[in-house]
Amino acid sequence: MTLSSLGKIFSKKNLPVESSNDVNSIELATQRQLIWRRFKRHRLGFAASIVVVLFYVIVLFADFLSTAPPVDYAAARGYMPPQGIQLFKDGHFLSVCEVSGARNMESYLMEYEADCDNTQGISLFGKGYDYKLWGIIPTNRHILGMKDETVDPNAWIHLFGTDKQGRDVFSRSMHATRVSLTIGLVGVALSIIFGIFVGAISGYHGGMIDSILQRVIEIIRSIPTIPLYMGLSSAFPEDWTINQIYFMITVIISLFAWTDLARVIRGKFLAMKDEDFVTAARLNGAKTMRIVFIHMLPSFYSHIIAQASLSLPLMIVTETSLSFLGLGLRPPAVSYGVLLKDAQNVQSVANMPWLFLPAILVVLVILALNFMGDGIRDAADPYQEV
Amino acid sequence: MINFLIRRTVFMFVALWAVTLISFFIINLPEGDYVTAYIAQLQATGSMVDAEEADNLRIFYGLDQPLYIQYFKWMREMVLYQNLGFSFEYNMPVTEVISERLLLTMILAIACIIFIWAIAIPFGIISAVKQYSVWDYLFTFLGFVGLAIPDFMIALIAMYLFFVWFDFSPGGLFSPEYVGVPWSWGRGKDLIDHIWIPMVVLGTAGTASLMRITRANLLDELSKPYVITARAKGLSEWRLIMKYPVRLALNPAISLTAYILPYLISGSIIVGVVLSLPTVGPQLVKALVAQDMFLAGGIILLIGFMTVVGTFISDLLLLWVDPRIRLEAGGS
Repeated sequence: MTLSSLGKIFSKKNLPVESSNDVNSIELATQRQLIWRRFKRHRLGFAASIVVVLFYVIVLFADFLSTAPPVDYAAARGYMPPQGIQLFKDGHFLSVCEVSGARNMESYLMEYEADCDNTQGISLFGKGYDYKLWGIIPTNRHILGMKDETVDPNAWIHLFGTDKQGRDVFSRSMHATRVSLTIGLVGVALSIIFGIFVGAISGYHGGMIDSILQRVIEIIRSIPTIPLYMGLSSAFPEDWTINQIYFMITVIISLFAWTDLARVIRGKFLAMKDEDFVTAARLNGAKTMRIVFIHMLPSFYSHIIAQASLSLPLMIVTETSLSFLGLGLRPPAVSYGVLLKDAQNVQSVANMPWLFLPAILVVLVILALNFMGDGIRDAADPYQEV
Repeated sequence: MINFLIRRTVFMFVALWAVTLISFFIINLPEGDYVTAYIAQLQATGSMVDAEEADNLRIFYGLDQPLYIQYFKWMREMVLYQNLGFSFEYNMPVTEVISERLLLTMILAIACIIFIWAIAIPFGIISAVKQYSVWDYLFTFLGFVGLAIPDFMIALIAMYLFFVWFDFSPGGLFSPEYVGVPWSWGRGKDLIDHIWIPMVVLGTAGTASLMRITRANLLDELSKPYVITARAKGLSEWRLIMKYPVRLALNPAISLTAYILPYLISGSIIVGVVLSLPTVGPQLVKALVAQDMFLAGGIILLIGFMTVVGTFISDLLLLWVDPRIRLEAGGS
């Protein structure tokens, strides 16, 4: 800090903090403002966070964005290629051509042809299948619907094509986004709780408990996790519902993923437990729980958030891998892994490249989460230039 | 230093023991014991098993006893006779089923580590020495992407590209004529011809993180006074960098190897499935789906062992390379 800015603090001390100029000055900004300011300057991280927000919009409005229920199948529409939407044709703003398919008797694959003489109009915010928004509000509005309400949109609109059973890949991708991204969130929440608990005990108490917990963490970290996850999740009973499996998978993933967080938190507690404000709180008679949660924890929220946002993509990858191997979520549940299982066979991907579209979504969301996490971590670092 | 060695060795054995506990836990996870599963399988193939024979089997495997006694029996068999139990799926002892696959998994892991070092260290050095150059940005970007995209996704993309561009699907580690035959020079050469695709796929993430760490460490070292002194003395730039700061920056490279080994093994399971490699990965998936728990538990146990011992070895390596750790460990 230069002398002139020191002077600024003193000179402004007696002035009312009102003008926008004051709010923008580094000396008066709160910690949160400083972090936000640094984050905004981290261009890659900021751009990535916009992508992440878009993905979570999909999570919130998965049903609204889909055109068909993700499990609706029709063998006659199997492996239909993605279909474009026409603009300004036949008096419709948006319309689709009729696509009819016939089985090629030599390759036994369906071959589709678009017949643009016969089109159907599409309306924005049209009506489609019934669903409950956020499980509460019953509605049948979707972002795309047919103008003629007697026509089933699932027979007409396939933005990402269809899979083997004729299910709409776009709608399935939207639902998979919801499942995979929330599994990540729930898993991160669980491992934050676990990590804070263990990290606080370890760092605040120190001594014997600390070294035992640290050794336990080291052991967990030295064992490859994917085989363990696989072993644990293969033991799920056949008759479990999707929700039970979903919940257990998040638990299993966070069972081993909390160690990174616990280490970070322990380090912070260790560094901070002899600070003056902690001693003051202790001398004032505050109980240990109060010191830990009210006095110490808030001072490194930013680090927890940074670490958590970096472990989020890891969790999504883990769930995707497990489901991809057939040991995680099972159909009829939809997640990225379940969708990518269809793309496991090279031949099918080479002939039906649109089955690979969910993979692009996975790569996109993982890259974005990683860049965002990096940005937050840099922004939360108090030694960075503002 | 002796102290450090003893502590490290004790820790390794505790970790190994933890691995046995976890593996045994997984073996016993599915409902019903494995004799029931075995009998069901026998009945499915037509042979009948009477109740007395089933009971005999249970007593033979010690299933009528509490879990901790079963654990001790299993451990004793393992330690004394290297017997990990019996695979019902293959009708063979587990060790026989997985020995070659385990060897190939190990070869793949070692090949990956060599690949990671061979690529990451030179590129890391280049991006640090030529900071903010085109190369630096290129490597940093590639590193980020490699770190973020999951292994099996890279494997899928690689398979797709190979199929589309060269019209062949890169699967397996051997040509058809070398599958399941005893080792020979030809077979070894064939393995080298095939191993590079899974090696690159699996090594990408590790390469990326090691590159970033080498770069960061070297950047720290490059601004230190001893570098300036050496430069002032007129040492040629290349010699100076290679002789002093790089040596220091390499230590984290070794300690990171211990850290990425579990990830490599984890990744090799999934990549093995995608690229249908004859490693333990696809077999683990098959065993778990078929609930052949002795086989699955054996695989989990052995890859756990492999990782823990590998970590131990890389720690010893670090001790040997870095005198500071040796002194510190001796002092405390």
